[in-house]
Amino acid sequence: MSLLTLSNVTKRFGGLTAVNDLSFTLTAGESVGLLGPNGSGKTTALNMISGYLPVTAGTIALDGMTISTLGPERIAHRGVARTFQLVRALPSLTVGENVLAALAFRKAPLWGSEAEAKIGALLESVGLAGRQQEQASNLTYIDLKRMELARALATEPKLLLLDEWLAGLNPTELRSGIDLITRLRQSGITILLVEHVMDAVRALCTRCIVMNTGSRLADGPTADVLADKSVIRAYLGDDHA
Amino acid sequence: MILLVSLLALAALAAVPFFVGAYPLGLGIGILGYGALATAWALFSGPTRYISLATVAFFGIGAYTVAVLADLMPYPLVLLCAALIGLVVALLVGLATLRLAGIYFVIFTFGLAELVRQLVTYYEVNVTRTLGRYVFLPIGPEHIYWQLLGLLAVTLALAFWISRAKIGLALRVIGDDPVVASHLGVRITRTKLALFSLSAVAMTLAGAIQAPRWTYIEPSIVFNPTVSFLTVIMALLGGPNRLFGPLLGAVPLFLLFEWLSANFPNHYSIILGLLFIAIVFLLPNGVLAAWDKFAARLKNKEASA
Repeated sequence: MSLLTLSNVTKRFGGLTAVNDLSFTLTAGESVGLLGPNGSGKTTALNMISGYLPVTAGTIALDGMTISTLGPERIAHRGVARTFQLVRALPSLTVGENVLAALAFRKAPLWGSEAEAKIGALLESVGLAGRQQEQASNLTYIDLKRMELARALATEPKLLLLDEWLAGLNPTELRSGIDLITRLRQSGITILLVEHVMDAVRALCTRCIVMNTGSRLADGPTADVLADKSVIRAYLGDDHA
Repeated sequence: MILLVSLLALAALAAVPFFVGAYPLGLGIGILGYGALATAWALFSGPTRYISLATVAFFGIGAYTVAVLADLMPYPLVLLCAALIGLVVALLVGLATLRLAGIYFVIFTFGLAELVRQLVTYYEVNVTRTLGRYVFLPIGPEHIYWQLLGLLAVTLALAFWISRAKIGLALRVIGDDPVVASHLGVRITRTKLALFSLSAVAMTLAGAIQAPRWTYIEPSIVFNPTVSFLTVIMALLGGPNRLFGPLLGAVPLFLLFEWLSANFPNHYSIILGLLFIAIVFLLPNGVLAAWDKFAARLKNKEASA
């Protein structure tokens, strides 16, 4: 059953068409990679799904209901959560409060002792056990990413959008990051993953959608898509195809 | 325990008018008035970091409401009307401006205060044909003192409650990153509007309560933009994100400004401006935060020694 459907979605910024007539469908439980060279419109597509940017044309539907007319807080309440390409911590809050912020304002809000227990469990699941009291501004880069993920998960999403969540990690961190997302996948969350780290894409995604200059270039099983000549050409140029 | 101490402090402050003369009581009224304004300002502007210069718009609306309605209805009803008018104006202004951010919000709120002043002036000159108004109410300075003390206590209690409630967390999240806030499901406009209005009502009441003290009011007095600036400086000096921060900033600064305006009436605004700049640069989070930092440094030194 399809969870997310993009139908002919277009985004223009003045004269620039960032996303052009993009259509695809995600099935519940799937874990899909959204690939493409820099500037191909991946993040813009994610931003439209999460409601950060309005669509210029086309519709986006979640569970068959149109969400492309809603603001980000309503879309969050419908079950879409995300992380950001450049980590967005809430720096003046503690790690625990960052997660509490997600629990307190989600559709089925938690507050008080119930929330405390949940915060502990969520932080443990991303590898930040017992670090509630730390100031978010003091965390290392990988820990910020873990915290951002815990915060996204705290909203109990059906669909999780990860925007280059694995970028900038060292090899050890990358391995633990991939393990973490693998566990999420197994828990049944649908994941749409914008990623440049191809090892991660191969390990995590059964299916990939490739974008180039705002349009969909390819869509299919990961191995096939990554071997596709037009995809290689888009990434590396004609000489390599 | 905290509640008991607060109640004792409140009782002690309430007894002050029985023991002091007219001048110290006047200073007390000034301190309480600005303490209430700064605390009310910080309710909204502390966590969201939206610097509002509209304080005097609400303050003046409060004072003018009392001047206009004092003869028409009993005093408590006048205060209630003032609060309602302040609320309605805050809701209208809030809906129009709270989507603005940063410097645009600051300029708009400053412009709003001027707009209200000009509108009142225009109305008085062209319709009622008298610029000033007299306020003759049988309310002595000690009553004004008590009312302001009550307003301050209620505003502090509200600030305390908000800091522990969900809406307080929502404001802090919005202040840190509105994009994250919206993606976590925080209703941004609604939250900001609620706190902006609450803060505006307290400011309106601060103006309304003090109106009987001036006997004569006119737009240039009750809509004087210096009130907005002073409020901001006081809250910033004490620390807008601490419960007692704004009040703590109001006490020394009010006394300083009294002394300055008496002794350097011509250089007053220059000194005010310089002080404003110094506070923003040297104590961006207020004295209380600076003190915490200093104490932490001392502790570290002791530990390493």
